[in-house]
Amino acid sequence: MDSQNVLLGRKQHTKRDKSAKSLKNNWDLYLLILPVLIYFIIFCYWPMYGVLIAFKDFNPVQGVMGSPWVGFKHFINFFKSPYFLQLLSNTLGISIYQLIVGFPAPIILALMMNEIGNKFFKKSAQTITYAPHFISTVVMVGMLTVFLAPDTGLINLIIKAFGGESIPFLIRPEWFKTIYVFSDIWQSTGWSSIIYMAALSNIDQEMYEAATVDGANKWAKLRYITLPCLIPTAIILLILNVGSLMGVGFEKVFLMQNDLNMEASDVISTYVYRRGIQGAQYSFSAAVGLFNSVVNSILLVTVNKICKKAGDTSLW
Amino acid sequence: MSCRIKKSKSDVVFDIINYSLLTLVLIIVLYPLWFVVIASFSDPLSVLRGEVWLIPKGFSVDAYKEVFANKDIMVGYKNTCIYTILGTAVNLIMTIMAAYPLSRKDFYGRGTIMALFTFTMFFGGGLIPTYLVYDKIGLINNIWVMILPGAVGVYNLILMKSFFESSIPYELQEAAVIDGCNNLQILSKVIIPLSKPIIAVMVIFYGVAHWNEFFNALIYISDRKKIPLQLVLREILITQSKLGDMAGMDSSVAQKQLNAERIKYAVIIVSSLPVLCLYPFLQKYFMKGVMIGAIKG
Repeated sequence: MDSQNVLLGRKQHTKRDKSAKSLKNNWDLYLLILPVLIYFIIFCYWPMYGVLIAFKDFNPVQGVMGSPWVGFKHFINFFKSPYFLQLLSNTLGISIYQLIVGFPAPIILALMMNEIGNKFFKKSAQTITYAPHFISTVVMVGMLTVFLAPDTGLINLIIKAFGGESIPFLIRPEWFKTIYVFSDIWQSTGWSSIIYMAALSNIDQEMYEAATVDGANKWAKLRYITLPCLIPTAIILLILNVGSLMGVGFEKVFLMQNDLNMEASDVISTYVYRRGIQGAQYSFSAAVGLFNSVVNSILLVTVNKICKKAGDTSLW
Repeated sequence: MSCRIKKSKSDVVFDIINYSLLTLVLIIVLYPLWFVVIASFSDPLSVLRGEVWLIPKGFSVDAYKEVFANKDIMVGYKNTCIYTILGTAVNLIMTIMAAYPLSRKDFYGRGTIMALFTFTMFFGGGLIPTYLVYDKIGLINNIWVMILPGAVGVYNLILMKSFFESSIPYELQEAAVIDGCNNLQILSKVIIPLSKPIIAVMVIFYGVAHWNEFFNALIYISDRKKIPLQLVLREILITQSKLGDMAGMDSSVAQKQLNAERIKYAVIIVSSLPVLCLYPFLQKYFMKGVMIGAIKG
């Protein structure tokens, strides 16, 4: 049977020969993957084609092709608008703050959990720290709203108990980034530590035994064995994080946003939503969105290149 | 191990510090969740006065009664259940349909197709072009907008493909061919029965994503009959536009506000409980899932 031979790789074929054989014998596999291909074309590649409207004055009647070209008009308008610098500094401000404070947190947590000898304690620690990951963004922001409420919220009750003044956190622009970043640490540190826990479990135990024989204490083992073994994983995640510096998640910012904290909370994605969906300025918003994703892609490629040059860890 | 060396003094200090720090971390993670639980069972006035710290005060389940009597919440709950079950089923089927052919070394074109999929992880059309496409194919205010977008997560696809490649011996598939199985029979009789761990991981990843889905509903669904739980939650917890109806019309304004406060805690519990109860049972699979991804990803 031909399909046997192909699957078992019994015969050596030239490349074209192989493709013809594969098409003939594995037609059912192609049929299987076809709906998924169609899905990607409709839901991912069609919108990518639609990005063309960023360079046009789109109107729904004429469609993407029929609308007139305007070149970089929308981009220039955006760069010149008074919002540009504010949006950029808010977007980058939030993600850099998050990167600096949030990136080491899961590494530290994983190291702490890894050093726990008691199996039950370790397991419980994992279960507890993963849990907030499963809370939805709406509930997360809802909890913030309740806990940070002026006068009656838990945090303000604590502040007042120590004789301080109640602070209306959620309407103060200067508090926005801190609340955003630290609530995110609370929610995602445990979950992000899983990947480091996986990396830790791959470390050769003999190294620790050898170090113990040589008289190394726990701190020395942590410093000279465990930490270096985590660096490749950490670098990959760092690349991914830097690559998404411009991609501050829409949902949480949008939910935490209100008229009073706008100067600190307006980021590119919420701006695109307001102008594009609510204001129906399709071409302009598409241009802003495209600017965002192009910068993101450039960042990702650049950081990846730097890491490749500096060491031998990279995404591709 | 055979050579157990007595703990040195510095190691004991290390352990004490580590255990206490981790305990502190656990308290920080757990306390807000615990507070929501006790506040939902307490007299709202005591909560607002700050009298509730460790256990409920003025125990009552009135808040839950009101939550379950609320029509908006129940409609949202029902919709979310439908979207989650249907959506996760579509996710699973589509992901397997793509992952299996791509895991086969004799599948010509796998590299190209994989590249086509992976590219979408790093670049996309963005909100507005996507909106226009959905508008064109009639997804606006259509319940399928809660199911089809994100039908295949590329990261999940890679996880599943890696699992098929690395955890199921290729010889098994060869043996099945010799027994006369065609490709689809191999998939249904050999691959899927051996893939329970990765399917469990997928169910929780996709299922939680559907349960918590907010963005697509916000943009594409405005029909009150179709909105999912998360949109209702936003109204109750954050924008507070529904507070008036929530607390009943005959009570005084102050009483209304009190009830609205208490309902917030109860509604958080009711909406998060299914996920938080389910996940510890599937927890043992997470590490496995992440590890497959880490090796191949």
